[in-house]
Amino acid sequence: MFQIFTDFASWLVYQIVGLSPGTKVGDALHFFVEDTSKIFALLVFMIYIIALIRASLNVEKVRDYLATKHRGIGYLLGSCFGAITPFCSCSSIPVFLGFTSAGIPVGITMAFLLTSPLINEVAVLLLLSLLGWKFTLMYVVVGMAVGILGGIFLDLIKAERWLQPFAAKAYQQATSKQQTDQGASTKTSAMSFQARHKFAMSETLDILGRVWKWVFIGVGLGAGLHGFVPDGWIASHLGDGQWWSVPAAVLLGIPLYSNATGVIPVMEGLITNGLPIGTTLAFCMSTVAASFPEFVLLKQVMQWRLLAILFGLLLASFTLIGWIFNFTFA
Amino acid sequence: MKTIKVLGSGCAKCVKTAEMIEKIAAELDIEASVSKETSPEVIMAYGVMSTPAVVINEQLVHSGSIPQRSEIEAWLVQQ
Repeated sequence: MFQIFTDFASWLVYQIVGLSPGTKVGDALHFFVEDTSKIFALLVFMIYIIALIRASLNVEKVRDYLATKHRGIGYLLGSCFGAITPFCSCSSIPVFLGFTSAGIPVGITMAFLLTSPLINEVAVLLLLSLLGWKFTLMYVVVGMAVGILGGIFLDLIKAERWLQPFAAKAYQQATSKQQTDQGASTKTSAMSFQARHKFAMSETLDILGRVWKWVFIGVGLGAGLHGFVPDGWIASHLGDGQWWSVPAAVLLGIPLYSNATGVIPVMEGLITNGLPIGTTLAFCMSTVAASFPEFVLLKQVMQWRLLAILFGLLLASFTLIGWIFNFTFA
Repeated sequence: MKTIKVLGSGCAKCVKTAEMIEKIAAELDIEASVSKETSPEVIMAYGVMSTPAVVINEQLVHSGSIPQRSEIEAWLVQQ
């Protein structure tokens, strides 16, 4: 199915540009053209289709739904909705407050917010096309597990104690009110196909507008790894899954701030060059989910102590994931 | 005179929304004071979860995206 992109890249790089296969530049450019054309074709097609289907899903509906659910299943649902609900990362804070002031426990809200950057349709598509369905499934399961377990942990330590006072107050008011009032639900109206199409179009343009540069940067880096890092260098230096390589990868990922779109092509490059799967996963998740700009934003609703706990929690779980996968797949 | 607030955490879309409203108001020659509201506490008080959101004379009229030009014109003309 993806052969057409390989052929296109061969035609462009070897025949039109005139580089010969087997040279470093030729290889790297071929990889770059093949991956970018494949990724963009997939993105346009799939984002449109997915947006068409989920057009009527929004954070308000998710909030109303979660507010009525039992806590036990809430973590799982929160994490699932985090994976599929579209929202701009600059809305994290309003979403957090909206959930909290509807009386949804902090852990469930965080299950939603932690899973959201890790898993989305763009990430899943890229993983499927570049690394295959097994890896994709693994990634999704692990990503959701981080959200669910992270959420449960935050509730166990009663994280709501360390919200900023106004947010804590809103949460308390909502939970005491809930006994009498089961929360008004927003009106649901069926969407016409016309409206869905319009939403899907604008969603596709919006996502493409946000991610196109990441695709180029990510694939460019991947191509660089592919063509210029000597074969076997990574495998011989980091390939045995030395224990320290996982925390090192996690730490390296923190200052690097990227979204999943940019980092997945790099993952492909790292894995084909022989970096162990756990180390790669740890690096990728740390780059996507633990970033300073996001944490500075969260400071508006959380006290330092909770932020530090959250940060530590993420780092520890990514390291653990890396070790487990390295161990299992060694 | 309309008092218009654009709610949002200061992201690019919110800035753009506010600029658009100011520009269109000037074009239509309608008096409006446009301000940006970035405080999470205030945004929460309006019950808004997806930004940018637009509040006109304390009435929430829009949330979740940069509004269309036609929508902005309709808000401004409306009495």
